[in-house]
Amino acid sequence: MEDKVIKSDKINPKLKYEIMKIPGGQNLLKCFACGTCTVSCPVWQDDPTFNPRQIVRKIIIGLEEDLLNDDRIWYCTTCYDCYERCPQDVKITELIMALKNYAVTKGVIHQAFTAQVTEIFKFGRLYEVDEFFNKKRSQLGLPELNSESPDVKKIYSETKLEEYVDKSNLQNKSEGEK
Amino acid sequence: MKYALFLGCSVPVRGINYELSVREISKVLGIELVDIPEFTCCGFPTKSVKIDSQMLMSAKNISIAEEKGLDIVCLCSACSVTLTETLKEIKEHKDIRDKINDELKTLGFKPVEGKIKIRHFARVLFEDIGIEKIKEKIVKPLTGFSIAAHYGCHYFKPSEAYDHWEDPENPKSLDELIKVTGAESTKYSYRNQCCGGAILGVDKNLAYKMTYEKLQRINEQKADAMVLFCTFCSIMYEGNQKAILKEFEADFNMPVLYITQLLGLAMGISPDTLGFKLNRIRPKEFLQKFEQI
Repeated sequence: MEDKVIKSDKINPKLKYEIMKIPGGQNLLKCFACGTCTVSCPVWQDDPTFNPRQIVRKIIIGLEEDLLNDDRIWYCTTCYDCYERCPQDVKITELIMALKNYAVTKGVIHQAFTAQVTEIFKFGRLYEVDEFFNKKRSQLGLPELNSESPDVKKIYSETKLEEYVDKSNLQNKSEGEK
Repeated sequence: MKYALFLGCSVPVRGINYELSVREISKVLGIELVDIPEFTCCGFPTKSVKIDSQMLMSAKNISIAEEKGLDIVCLCSACSVTLTETLKEIKEHKDIRDKINDELKTLGFKPVEGKIKIRHFARVLFEDIGIEKIKEKIVKPLTGFSIAAHYGCHYFKPSEAYDHWEDPENPKSLDELIKVTGAESTKYSYRNQCCGGAILGVDKNLAYKMTYEKLQRINEQKADAMVLFCTFCSIMYEGNQKAILKEFEADFNMPVLYITQLLGLAMGISPDTLGFKLNRIRPKEFLQKFEQI
């Protein structure tokens, strides 16, 4: 049988303080584990392995490895139902955002987010408004749009988001064209 | 009434029918929309990776609108919440304001002072134009139609960011916009369920399941169509509908319209002008029924 004991050498007791330093993580310790978040979660209703209350408890206990090695932290759709209903104002949607930001600083990032960050770097938008779309837009009487943004590239560099751009994918065309 | 039009990422390529219908009904209602070529992504997709980057991307867009002295109107709900939350943070916290304004200065943008308002287009219709004025423009009421409202999430949640203008458990504005066309708002369960679009790239099957559940419940109530006002929700319910229904072996199709297309029809604007030909689920029966009114 799987060992259910939480071993002290697997715990990062500082995790909760690290998360609380990130915007959105401040109210973590207000949680009294009622589980309103979990029963409100539309993702949990379809896949009970995504369990917001468990995520909150694991952060408080400090089960860092367990959290970062599990894709589940990327499963929040940010619907805010838990945030609205939480009786302790833990702001769980923002807390999970903070946890994802923390994971990224530890080198853990889901490829879906790498892809999105890369597209926005290339085009200033999630989808490229290329020649084909600009022609189509123009025919319909809509204004043409820029297909890249030097300002966005500067923001990536200024805020060090650039390091999460997939450099091998800078030449490829946008997903929007498919 | 004059606003800076914030198209965001998906509208210009995936929601052209939305954009066309927004511009058309704006003409009828006396709304002037100003295009700003310097607008870029609001930053929402980068928030999961680095909140600081998202805040600066939002602030840059807000700064551009402020410099022009224009309130922002968003078509995508994720843009709406991301820009609104960032503006609120900048206004309410001096430390955040100072940090962001320093960064904006480095990038060559004016500091954000918090002078402008940011709202979703549907909210502007509801608040600035008002149901009564919209009613005056209805010339072809959609009598006998049952239309299912999909609010999505970021249009009204977190309610705190939006100063609680809608009840997060029971929003009303989209129902009012449906009813003003003469149609009925379809009653169905779990109306506020999320489309699942935000995790499409993380777990496609799970996202599809979330989308399917709502399509099925709407179909059970024999709605003529579903209406929404977020391009990403539309990508899920309309763009992926065929694939989703095949996956779940369901034999029906549900037209998905933008609320602005529905309002435009009732205002007597032709379906072609409103971009109906660009709808991926052809609303053929819907338009036939409309012609027979």
